[in-house]
Amino acid sequence: MGRLISTLTRQPLTLIGAIIVGIFILMAVFGPMVAPYRYDTLIRGAARQPPSSAHLFGTDRLGRDVFSRVLWGAREIVGLPALTTALSVFFGSALGLFIGYRGGWIDEVVSRIMDSLLAIPALILALVMLATIGASQIGIVIVIAILYTPIVARVVRSVVLSLRSMGYIEAAKLRGESDFYILFRELLPGVLPALVVEGALRFSYAIFLTASLGFLGLGVQPPSPDWGRMVNEARDSYTQTPWALWAPAGAIALLIIGVNLLSDGLRRILRYESSLV
Amino acid sequence: MTWLIEARGVSIDYRTDAGWINAVRDIDLTIAPGEIHGLVGESGSGKSTLALALMRYLAPNARISAGRILFDGDDLVPKPAEAMRKLWGKQIALVPQDSLAALNPSHRIGDQIAEIARVHDGLSPSAAHKLAVEMLRRVHFNDPEGAARRYPHQLSGGMQQRAMIAMALIARPRLLILDEPTTSLDVTTEAAIIDLIHDLIHETQAAALFVTHNLGLVAQLCDRVTVLYAGEVMASGGVSAMFTRPLHPYTISLLASLPRPIRGTETRLSTIEGVAPAPTQRPAGCVFAPRCPAAVSICDQKPPIETVGEGHLIRCHRWREIETGALIIETAPTALEPNTLDDVLLAPYTLKAIHLHKTFRRGGIRAWLMGKRGTKAVDDVSLSVRSRSTLGLVGESGSGKTTAARLIAGLETPDEGTLELLEMPLSSNLRARPVETLRRLQMVFQNPNDSLNPYRSVGAALARSIRRLSETKLSSVEVERRVKALLAAVRLSSDYAKCYPTELSGGEKQRVAIARAFAADPALVIADEPTSALDASVQSAVLNLLKDLRVQRGVSYLFISHDLNAVSYLADWIAVMYRGQIVEEGTVDDVYGFPSHPYTEALISAIPNPDPTIRTRRIRLNEEPDDQIPTVGCRFHRRCPRKIGALCETDAPPWRDAGGQHFIRCHIPIEELRAVQSENTLMTESG
Repeated sequence: MGRLISTLTRQPLTLIGAIIVGIFILMAVFGPMVAPYRYDTLIRGAARQPPSSAHLFGTDRLGRDVFSRVLWGAREIVGLPALTTALSVFFGSALGLFIGYRGGWIDEVVSRIMDSLLAIPALILALVMLATIGASQIGIVIVIAILYTPIVARVVRSVVLSLRSMGYIEAAKLRGESDFYILFRELLPGVLPALVVEGALRFSYAIFLTASLGFLGLGVQPPSPDWGRMVNEARDSYTQTPWALWAPAGAIALLIIGVNLLSDGLRRILRYESSLV
Repeated sequence: MTWLIEARGVSIDYRTDAGWINAVRDIDLTIAPGEIHGLVGESGSGKSTLALALMRYLAPNARISAGRILFDGDDLVPKPAEAMRKLWGKQIALVPQDSLAALNPSHRIGDQIAEIARVHDGLSPSAAHKLAVEMLRRVHFNDPEGAARRYPHQLSGGMQQRAMIAMALIARPRLLILDEPTTSLDVTTEAAIIDLIHDLIHETQAAALFVTHNLGLVAQLCDRVTVLYAGEVMASGGVSAMFTRPLHPYTISLLASLPRPIRGTETRLSTIEGVAPAPTQRPAGCVFAPRCPAAVSICDQKPPIETVGEGHLIRCHRWREIETGALIIETAPTALEPNTLDDVLLAPYTLKAIHLHKTFRRGGIRAWLMGKRGTKAVDDVSLSVRSRSTLGLVGESGSGKTTAARLIAGLETPDEGTLELLEMPLSSNLRARPVETLRRLQMVFQNPNDSLNPYRSVGAALARSIRRLSETKLSSVEVERRVKALLAAVRLSSDYAKCYPTELSGGEKQRVAIARAFAADPALVIADEPTSALDASVQSAVLNLLKDLRVQRGVSYLFISHDLNAVSYLADWIAVMYRGQIVEEGTVDDVYGFPSHPYTEALISAIPNPDPTIRTRRIRLNEEPDDQIPTVGCRFHRRCPRKIGALCETDAPPWRDAGGQHFIRCHIPIEELRAVQSENTLMTESG
């Protein structure tokens, strides 16, 4: 832990990233408790208020406190992508370990299927899938997890391919270790640095995609305070309430910058050079 | 004496996270025109740093912190980069180690070479191209016009390196820096490149700095040599004086530790204890003192560099005692329990591999769709290893020796062929081998850096092997006891059990890997080039260890190597492999003597002998790209210096019995082969 802190202080950008991400996580956990209003409270006679001490980010055209809505919305914009990332990292690493280690035609077939899936832009695929299964929080999580699993699998596979011919893997085979042992005890520790970096990267993309889907109206249904949806709703009245657009948009940008700084830092700390980004 | 390049008191530092670290210190080095100066040292000794500093071509985080580098009387150290750029390529040229990385993959060879002449000598494109082709001819390309039109990946490693030499010499530089130019090449190719460098330097009267870790090459090629250790010059002088009467304890020990082509199977190699210090942990006194057998209290102070004779420098407090004979550095090898040849000829078989075949199919579906056939890596190979003996399997890269070993280990499945271990059938499928079999057949891998899992401590790695391969379930106390015993057997203290591989040196890692192979009681240990990644001073200790363990544990080895000196030290039997086939097999004495297969003959003659007074027979093979291996007739016929005619091109050569379990795959009858080969030797000896 001491070493981690000293590494972080030598890399100020990573530290900034960590602080930003930390603040957003705190927002997600405690946001609704400290917010001055509920996300759906309509404040009588206070529509279209510019930022002030009473309303830090002003109010929107319906008279809702933007600051409170941003605080409430943090839970979803951090929580859903976190869940998505966990799922895609779990399934992606299992799949990547398996096909990378087995090799042969299974690897060939699965890799080609994943390649063709990755050839289609993620947002379009997500739209089609969500239109089919219906927009819901759990739908978003499932769809993005399906989209990102092959990406994680590809990264893990490439690391496994480079480790597979290492002497220590062959030594394990020569003492008759099971495939399970070789995969999870010999290979997995070597894959972890790549997985941590890739997980952080996936997290930032998942945030972006979740917000994009919200913006397009396929995210969480109103009146819940989804940041992407908030940007879209504030678009029509931008000339009157620019703050209602800038607050959620800025929050999305800041969060993604924070996660990216952190994942870049992790890459340096773990000395992992991703070959596939 | 007028020197072309003269380095005086040069120190070089590198900037790291922990501040400036000194890499080389207080170096004096001089090279005269027409001289080939060897610069030898182990990895981390600073030899490449020094070589690049001589041409002021250092990494951005390096600085020359002291000293002068005079090139033709002109100090290079304060020169601006712009002025250096005019010297590079024109006055000073570099031949790097990795020629494929140094050549631009997207330009033709001829254009790349011609570019130097256009930039530095202002030649027209057509004149430059003409000169480039002429240079390619001078570096012995059979078809220089054709080679000039090729791209780097279309040339073999040796050809690429010759193209690099052509490029370096085209502007007629006055100083040539050769940074391990042959390290990644096969021994036969290396010998041809060394001859070429020798001839070209003496022809052009350029000065050359030849950086290497191979003392044999220095002995055969260089006029003078500087020995570097831990960033300091230990000794410097003429090659014959340095090799025949070394005065520095490091040089003496290093020379004594080399396995020699002269056979001495029943002795141990002398070794140097310990490892070279990391740049941050170099001692304040003599840097070699911690490993020096002659270190005394005065060695805590840094010895000055002293002139011993004409151009002969020594950095040692005690060189006078060594010179007068008052101090003798103990290098006498200790004897081993003998393994007499009679036993070896009659011993039962530990391993028999019969008619192994393996073809590698290329690149999955795509190659299959394009109808590409694979390469036949192992083509009807039969090998046998007798009890308590060592079979050395030698051959160049691409000969299939590693594949053959992996087939036996079960890491690859043969297409055809059968295996027997201890005269019992051995499944070629690793998964089908019971633990009783796994215990008896283990392997030591080539690269010590990847043979241990970096996330597991040495103790945990050994414990896992002990548990897995044990006949009975062991208590943790018993496992711990065996871990300690194994570490002791490979001469490591039990403290190493707690270490992680990243904390160990290459030699230490390889010892742990050897310990792991001996976790149970193996009958056969396959060692795939176990010392090729190690420094000279560490290599001998590992070879000794393998030899000791063979006697103590009664194990047999299949020892794979391209280093014939190491093989001759460890092996009782040798099998020579060429392009997937065994071309000769017999006892070490038979294979090294006459008659032998023409390829073996060339291989042995190409070994650089670390004794400058011995000039071996010179048989130099031309090169043949991997994709042009003959499929009919003898596979060696295009390169064979003893080819007898069309027969060699059309008919597969017979497996001839030369007597005493010595076999040669050649069309030339045994007696004829013996006659021509011994005649050659007589000629060389008298002339």
